[in-house]
Amino acid sequence: MLKNLSKSSFISFYNPQRVRNLRERIIAITLFGCGVFSILVTIGIIISLFSEAIGFFLRPEVNLITFLTGTNWRPLASQVSPENFGVRPLIRGTLMIAVISGSIALPLGLGSAIYLSEYASDRLRSILKPSLELLAGIPTVVYGYFALSFVTPILKVVLEDQLGIRVSFFNAFSAAVVVGIMIIPIVASISEDAMRAVPRSLREGAYALGATKFEVSTKVVVPAALSGIISAFIIGISRAIGETMAVTIAAGATPRMTLNPLDGIQTMTAFIVQVSFGDAPSGSINGQSIFAVGATLFMMTFVMNIISASILKRFREVYE
Amino acid sequence: MEAEKIISIDTKHYKENISRRNLAEKIFNVILLISVLFGLLMLTVLIIDIAVGGIAWVRPELFENYHSRKPENAGMKSAIAGSIIVILLTGLFSFPVGVGAAIYLEEYAPKNRLTDFINLNINNLAGVPSIVYGMLGLVVFGRMFGLFSKDSWFVNLFNIPIESGATGGWKFFLFDIPWLEIHLPFGRSMVAGALTMSLLILPIVIIASREAIRAVPPSIREGGYALGTTKWHVIGTLVLPIAFPGILTGMILSLSRAIGETAPLIIMGAFTYVPFLPKTVWDQFTVIPIQIYNWITLPQPEYRVHLAAAGILVLLVILFLMNGIAIYLRKKFEIKW
Repeated sequence: MLKNLSKSSFISFYNPQRVRNLRERIIAITLFGCGVFSILVTIGIIISLFSEAIGFFLRPEVNLITFLTGTNWRPLASQVSPENFGVRPLIRGTLMIAVISGSIALPLGLGSAIYLSEYASDRLRSILKPSLELLAGIPTVVYGYFALSFVTPILKVVLEDQLGIRVSFFNAFSAAVVVGIMIIPIVASISEDAMRAVPRSLREGAYALGATKFEVSTKVVVPAALSGIISAFIIGISRAIGETMAVTIAAGATPRMTLNPLDGIQTMTAFIVQVSFGDAPSGSINGQSIFAVGATLFMMTFVMNIISASILKRFREVYE
Repeated sequence: MEAEKIISIDTKHYKENISRRNLAEKIFNVILLISVLFGLLMLTVLIIDIAVGGIAWVRPELFENYHSRKPENAGMKSAIAGSIIVILLTGLFSFPVGVGAAIYLEEYAPKNRLTDFINLNINNLAGVPSIVYGMLGLVVFGRMFGLFSKDSWFVNLFNIPIESGATGGWKFFLFDIPWLEIHLPFGRSMVAGALTMSLLILPIVIIASREAIRAVPPSIREGGYALGTTKWHVIGTLVLPIAFPGILTGMILSLSRAIGETAPLIIMGAFTYVPFLPKTVWDQFTVIPIQIYNWITLPQPEYRVHLAAAGILVLLVILFLMNGIAIYLRKKFEIKW
């Protein structure tokens, strides 16, 4: 009899068990939607960048080959022609920032990581690490200000006044210095995580053989954590490539095929900001050119992030 | 005789070896200390440099006035208002989706390829340069792919009334409720800016919330299940209340990243000169970092050096307060299991 009752539609409509199950289902589906949302963001990035970039390359005034190989970037020139749309000066500027800031941040970040992981006492580490991470939390526009108000004047005094080397007011070097300072904590933090994941037993084995701390750090810990450290380096460089405000403010706005870091240059990101400030109407050649540059930038950082993630994944498999 | 000789040579060799290695140890120690101190030194120099340049210019006019042609009158009232509203909206948009995704990934997601892909994707999104989010926001929120421009196929198909004028687009009231005004596309409004920022911080919100949820021990959940309750009931009444302080801390830290971001909002079309306070979320806006950038680019040293530094000081104080609140919350509600 009970069985019959529960089968009647009246009872089942008010069946708290079914209402509860339905609610559980709806919640699970909603949460799944939130989880999948991040994939939609990636698809959105790809569609929005590439749809506009393709529109740019379909124009008669530009073509993909001269875009990738050309050495002149003059999008604002009165005569619009393929020769004026070669992206290499912007890439050169971006890579110059990446190389100089990397050669500052990678050794210093690695040194900080070794110190925090191997040398500092727990107490010292609990003070040093958060203070170092403050550097990563400072807005990039602040670093731009710092480059102009502090780094460039020092360069002028040291190089121009003492050694007679000409230093432009806007130059790649001072921008790269502040970008380097900015990415020290990123490199340090990820490398340190990798080093702390190295099992204690490896260190103790080396100490038992009479190794000094220097030898344990450089010959045991760093090699064992190498994949994590390399991954940290790649992420740091990728940040430097995508860095925008500091280089826009301090490195100048003159796209140039130069190797002199004391000249003004323009990076890909700085060009995008420049055009956005100029309020280029949508559909115009300038409005579309930023998407071609943006797509190039996105692909560069995307490839670097993928490489670093795959290196990190391999490293995790070893020690977990 | 022979054996003695060998031993004495060995001792000498050993002593040389040990002193060489100890020297290397000392040099290495100094190098490491220098690399840690370099970062801290730069942080100190940066703060002193900004304080010296700007402290005298942090005065009532900075908060009461708009940007002006006379530096002594210039302020950033509209930028402060813009920053606060954009950050609140960003929190409003990113909190539900970010926490929802974190709950899904920690509590619901099966171990399969889709989950792996979502994880990989979130890590990748965290590494996408912020300027790219600005371009995404411009196309998707700002212009909506041009769907609502005059004579687009979409507008013609549905006969949507497009307003003429600079902003254009389609304006209507959702469910005819007067305060639910909607503008399509979102244009250069605060809604578009906040949505862009939400996407930018979404990966950070998800990662921080996941850590907070993961820190809740499984025994708590099992206790709930043992009482015969449902999954969502366990999550809603046990897991989330315990994880909430951690989630909130992560949320505040993510928003403190968003408040310093400049580039995405410039790309998306935030203005540099806004001489009024916004009345609705559909108004034009500017934010503190854009105002600072604008001052840095002006030629007069009063703007370039002093007002910019004063603006930076205000921004840093806000960041400091937000981080302080986050650390306080974490300490206050920290539970050791």
